[in-house]
Amino acid sequence: MMAHYEAPIRRPLVTGDKTYHDVTLDVVAPVEGRANKHWWIVFGIALTAFLWGIGCIIYTITNGIGSWGLNKTVNWAWDITNFVWWVGIGHAGTLISAVLLLFRQKWRMAINRSAEAMTIFSVVQAGLFPIIHMGRPWLAYWVLPIPNQFGSLWVNFNSPLLWDVFAISTYLSVSLVFWWTGLLPDFAMIRDRAVKPFQKKIYSLLSFGWSGRAKDWQRFEEVSLVLAGLATPLVLSVHTIVSFDFATSVIPGWHTTIFPPYFVAGAVFSGFAMVNTLLIVMRKVSNLEAYITIQHIELMNIVIMITGSIVGVAYITELFMAWYSGVEYEQYAFLNRATGPYAWSYWAMMTCNVFSPQFMWFPKLRRSIMFSFFISIVVNIGMWFERFVIIVTSLHRDYLPSSWSMFSPTFVDIGIFIGTIGFFFVLFLLYARTFPVIAQAEVKTIMKSSGERYKKLRESGQSLVGSGADPRTSGGPVKINLDGHYQAAQAEVVSDEPMIPEDTHGNDVLINSLGAFDAATQKADDLQKVNGIGPKMEEKLNQLGIYTFAQVARMTKADYDLLDSITGSFPGRAERDDWAGQAATLNNN
Amino acid sequence: MAHSVIHAIYTDDDVLMNAVKEVKKKHLHINEIYSPFPVHGLDKAMGLAPTRIAITAFMYGCLGLTVAIVMMNFIMIEDWPQDIGGKPSFSYIENMPAFVPIMFELTVFFAAHLMVITFYMRSKLWPFKKAENPDLRTTDDHFLMEIDADGQNAQELADFLVTTGATEINLVANEEA
Repeated sequence: MMAHYEAPIRRPLVTGDKTYHDVTLDVVAPVEGRANKHWWIVFGIALTAFLWGIGCIIYTITNGIGSWGLNKTVNWAWDITNFVWWVGIGHAGTLISAVLLLFRQKWRMAINRSAEAMTIFSVVQAGLFPIIHMGRPWLAYWVLPIPNQFGSLWVNFNSPLLWDVFAISTYLSVSLVFWWTGLLPDFAMIRDRAVKPFQKKIYSLLSFGWSGRAKDWQRFEEVSLVLAGLATPLVLSVHTIVSFDFATSVIPGWHTTIFPPYFVAGAVFSGFAMVNTLLIVMRKVSNLEAYITIQHIELMNIVIMITGSIVGVAYITELFMAWYSGVEYEQYAFLNRATGPYAWSYWAMMTCNVFSPQFMWFPKLRRSIMFSFFISIVVNIGMWFERFVIIVTSLHRDYLPSSWSMFSPTFVDIGIFIGTIGFFFVLFLLYARTFPVIAQAEVKTIMKSSGERYKKLRESGQSLVGSGADPRTSGGPVKINLDGHYQAAQAEVVSDEPMIPEDTHGNDVLINSLGAFDAATQKADDLQKVNGIGPKMEEKLNQLGIYTFAQVARMTKADYDLLDSITGSFPGRAERDDWAGQAATLNNN
Repeated sequence: MAHSVIHAIYTDDDVLMNAVKEVKKKHLHINEIYSPFPVHGLDKAMGLAPTRIAITAFMYGCLGLTVAIVMMNFIMIEDWPQDIGGKPSFSYIENMPAFVPIMFELTVFFAAHLMVITFYMRSKLWPFKKAENPDLRTTDDHFLMEIDADGQNAQELADFLVTTGATEINLVANEEA
C-alpha cells in the first residue's frame, strides 16, 4: 500500500523481525518481569543519596541558609545553578515529544516516553530549589496572588522570580498531562494483559478506562498535536523566563539580550545529552535495542552537535559584544572569567561545551555508543559549569571592588545537589520498572513504514496488507460464533490485493526440522504434483523456503500444525491428504 | 427489545481499512471500531465528523489571556499602583512588557489544561472509569469492528465479513441499548 511508502534511503527505526505483538511483548517485559539484583543495587544507591539530600534540606531549613557557602556578595550559587541545570535538562523531553512531533520525526517515538519522564522528574528536582533557597520557605505561598487578610496584599508582577513561578508550574503541569494522556493507551495495553488482580486494578486506574475507540483516537491525535503546538512555545518561554532572572538584572555579565535563546539552546544541548545518557543504559538493561537503535543515538548526537555549536556561537558573541561594548565592567567580567580565580571553571565549561560536541562531526565517533555515552556525560558537566560560571563569576566581582569576594560551597550545598540526583534516579528507576517506557501505540503506527520487517517485505515487492497478523495471536481458521459455539470457516478473501500471510516466526522452526533449500545445488520440484497443493499453496510453501519433495516428505504432525498456523488457511488439509507420504513417493520416483 | 451486534475481529490495519470500505459500500452501520493504535484515515473511512477539540483549545487560550490581563491590571494598576523600582504603573500599557511572560504562560496554561479536561470528559476518561473495549486483544494487535446486526441475517453478515478478511466473528447481545 502506498500509505506505507517510505523512501528507500531511510534506515529502519525498528530493527529485527518485529510484529505489532512483538512491540507489546517487548514493552511489557520490564513491567511484568521482576527487578534484578543490579536494579536493586542502583536503586539503593539512589535512595541513599536521596535520603542524604533530604537530611541536608532539613538541616538548611532548620538552621538557616547560613549553612550554605553563600555570602553577602555571592547570594546565588549552587542553589540557582542546580535549579537552572535541572530545568535545562528537563527541556529535551518536551523538545523530543513536541517539537519533533511538529516536524513529524518518526524517530522520536521510541524515545519520547522516557524523555518526557526525564522532563517531569528533572523539573521536580528543579522545583525544589526555588523553595529551599528561600530564607523563610514556610511563607512560600505568599508568591501566589491569593486574596488575603492584609487588605488583600498582592504580589509584584514585575519580577522574573514570579514569572518563574508561573513558568515552572505551567511547564510541569502541562508536561504532566501531555505525558499522561500519551500513556493512557499503553497503560490500557498493560491492563488488558495483566493476570494478577492487583496489577489489573492499578493499571485500570491509571489507564482511565481507555478503550481505543476510533473517535477516541481521533481526539487523542488532535489533542497530542495541539499540546505539542502549545508545549513548543512553552518550552522556549520557560527557559527564556529562567534566563530573565539574570538577563533583566543590571549585573555585568548577566545583563545581556542573548540569554533567552542562548539558554534555550543550552537547555536542548544538556537535555539531549541526559536523554542520551539514560537511553544508552536503558536500551541495554531493558532489552530495547531494536527500538532505540544506533540511528536514534546518532540523531541525538547530531542534535547535541548542532545545539552545542549554537552555544559556542553564543559564547563568541558574548565575548565579541563585551569587547565591542566599550563598557569596562562588561569587559572585566569576561576577563575575570577567563583569567580570574574561577578561570578553571570557565575553561572546564569551554572544553566540555565547545569542543566536545564537535567530535560528533565524525560519523565513526557519533555512531559509537561508548563515545556517545562519554560525551553525553561530559556535556552535562560542562552545562553545570556554564550556569555556575554565569552566576558566580558575575557576582563575586562586579561594580564595587570593596565588595568583591569568593565563593566556596559547604557540604550542605553539595549534599542537596547529590540528593536531587538521587531523587531523580529514584523516580526514573521506579518509572523504568512500572511504566511502558516506549510509547507502544505510537511505535505500532510506524511499524509498517519504518519497521525493518515490513521494509524488507515492501522492498521485495510484496503487499503489506495482512502482514500485521502474528501467528502467535491470530493463527488458525476463521472462527464464527453466532449461536454460542464456534464454527470454523475457510478464509476466502476477496479484496483488491492478495493476502500474503508473510511471516518468519514459525518459519525458522519449520525449516530447521525440514532442512533448508539451497538454490545453488538443488533443483526445485513441482510441488503441485502433490494432491492438495495448488498454485497458491505452492507459492506459500516456496515463501517459507519449502521447494522440494524431500522437504515435504519430512513433515510430521507438528510441522503440519505449524504450517497451518503460519499460512492460516486450509487447516488440517495437509494431514488429511498425507502430503508427506505423497511427497516421499514422488521423491523416490 | 434485545439488541444484537456483530463483533468482527481483524488482525491487520490495512485489512481493517479495506473492510471498512467494503462494509460502508454495503451500507451497513458501523457502531464502533476498537484499535490498539491510531489507524490513520480510519475516521475518514468510517465517516466520523472531524473533532472540534482544537477550536475549544483556542477559546480556552483566549480565556487565559483575558484572565491574565484582568488580574494584573487590577492588582498592579488599579488596586495598588505602587512604584516598584521605577516601573510605570500609571496604565496597563505602559508597564505591559513586564506582564507579557505571565500573559503568555496563563494563555498556554488555560488552553492546555482545559482542552485536556474537555478531551477526558468528551471521551469519558477518568481514574475509576471501567474500560469498555469488548475484547482484551484490541489493545495488543487486534482490531474489532462492531456492526449493528438488528434486522440482518447473522449468517449472511458473517459470511460477508469473512470475505473482508475478518478472522473471528461473534454475535453479541447488547444489553446497553
